[in-house]
Amino acid sequence: MRFDLTLIQPWINEGSRVLDLGCGDGTLLATLAKQKNVSGIGLEIDPDNITQSLAQGVNVIEHDLNVGLGNFRDNSFDMVVMTLALQTLRYPHLVIDEMLRVGRECIVTFPNFGHWRSRWYLSQRGKMPVSKFLPYTWYDTPNIHFCTVKDFEALCADKQIRVLNSAVIGADNNQSPLADRFPNLLGVTAVYHISK
Amino acid sequence: MTQEQNGSVGIVVPQTLHFDTPLTLACGRALPEHDIIYETYGQLNADKSNGVLICHALSGHHHAAGIHHPDDRKPGWWDSCIGPGKPIDTNVFFVLSINNIGGCNGSTGPTAINPETGKPWGPDFPPLRCRDWVESQYLMMQHFGITQWAAIIGGSLGGMQAMRWALEHPDALRHCIVIASAMKLSAQNIAFNEIARRAITSDPNFFEGRYLEHNTLPRQGLALARMVGHITYLSEDGMKQKFGRELKTGNLTLGSGSDSDVEFEVESYLRYQGEAFSGSFDANTYLLMTKALDYYDLAREYNDDPAEAFSHATCSFMVISFTTDWRFAPARSREIVDALVAANKPVSYAQIEADHGHDAFLIPIPRYMDVFHAYMKRLKQELGHAL
Repeated sequence: MRFDLTLIQPWINEGSRVLDLGCGDGTLLATLAKQKNVSGIGLEIDPDNITQSLAQGVNVIEHDLNVGLGNFRDNSFDMVVMTLALQTLRYPHLVIDEMLRVGRECIVTFPNFGHWRSRWYLSQRGKMPVSKFLPYTWYDTPNIHFCTVKDFEALCADKQIRVLNSAVIGADNNQSPLADRFPNLLGVTAVYHISK
Repeated sequence: MTQEQNGSVGIVVPQTLHFDTPLTLACGRALPEHDIIYETYGQLNADKSNGVLICHALSGHHHAAGIHHPDDRKPGWWDSCIGPGKPIDTNVFFVLSINNIGGCNGSTGPTAINPETGKPWGPDFPPLRCRDWVESQYLMMQHFGITQWAAIIGGSLGGMQAMRWALEHPDALRHCIVIASAMKLSAQNIAFNEIARRAITSDPNFFEGRYLEHNTLPRQGLALARMVGHITYLSEDGMKQKFGRELKTGNLTLGSGSDSDVEFEVESYLRYQGEAFSGSFDANTYLLMTKALDYYDLAREYNDDPAEAFSHATCSFMVISFTTDWRFAPARSREIVDALVAANKPVSYAQIEADHGHDAFLIPIPRYMDVFHAYMKRLKQELGHAL
């Protein structure tokens, strides 16, 4: 399983009700259902992911996050999770508002564009970074709103969002004391546990 | 019932079951006795846990899969989805498909003899509601000794029956699969149904619904009703692709004025559909079925709150819609999904890209089949089938 998905599991309570935005093939919800008796619903837009989620026994709803969560009621989920989808949204800040409206707590993970490799790539080559992790050209990419750890924290401060937990995953796909010390420089993926 | 390996259930023989105890209906009247014609596919397992009930749509019937004779040109109406290896896999499930009461394919309906008068029921057949079908299907379930369906599955009006089951008999099903359906009709839907009904009732051969007693049929009216219906089953794009402005003869004979002059392919198609239907379907059944559709309102007795209605359900739901379906548009399916989420019920939803309009639910569109297969896999696992 992707490391950010492993990392967030301790933040999700036994038996809670989870909404997973951009649930992919349903791995997180399938695992949480098995290990923590979580009842979950995934939202997904990709047909193959929807089929795979269904086949894993995950309840999945075909839904475009860019239209918001208007059809979900306030505080109707214990936890709203969105992993590695923030940067694909047209209005990421509005979706975060929606997540906090629908869920009592939220978890957001995103690729950190402040990582030293991105900075190095841009400063040395003068071109938009392309990597194994983010392999798209700038003109043909689902990722339209990159941000850095600092940017995200500034957004949380602006919106008076409480950060309950945060962590970064380094280049070796693991947590390290050094990356914890310099998250915006050494974190490849940032992981935030937030609430209103 | 032979099972072949080519994905068809093969040759099937319809059966009829007679119920001689009165069936009390939603309208307050009772059917003193009734027949149900049905087909089954696959084998009921020892603990009777693998039953799947198919609910049919407006003009549907019991013959959902396989063929009746070796030289049948067309299989049952949902042969695309029912059979060995198909989404509703008859190697795993025992499938029951019936013709609803009020129908005209062998179950008791307006063409049957009213025991009190010795004449066909005709327009005196009691008005039916969707819940009446659910109750008669419940009697069928008891007949087979089934206490819980693995799934109840239906498209369009069939989906409405499946949802009604989930509210009326929550313990009697584990999964409810609702395809191209809605919780109630829109004003536009009702308007089209009304045109269809007026076409029938204004046919000079209608005789206030007593056409059988006059040894005639309101064929013109019924054909017209079907033609209107057919337009609503197709999408504009689908019609464009299928017919475009293609001419029947290759050249235009502008304004010859004759009624029989069919110039465009689409005209020819609609006339053929109307003709075929008017020879095989009963006009009173059509009136009765469209009325049942119009009056269906899932949440009416639950304070008009669909979430409250669904709070009574205990099964899991799969909802499927099709992009170009404007009769029961994706937005109608999404309302079902939203109500289920609000009621905290397990639900999945897929919106299938398709050009075929409402009729798409009958067509084996690859993504539709993928989604259907993937969901049914879950049912198989619950039955303990190795995959």
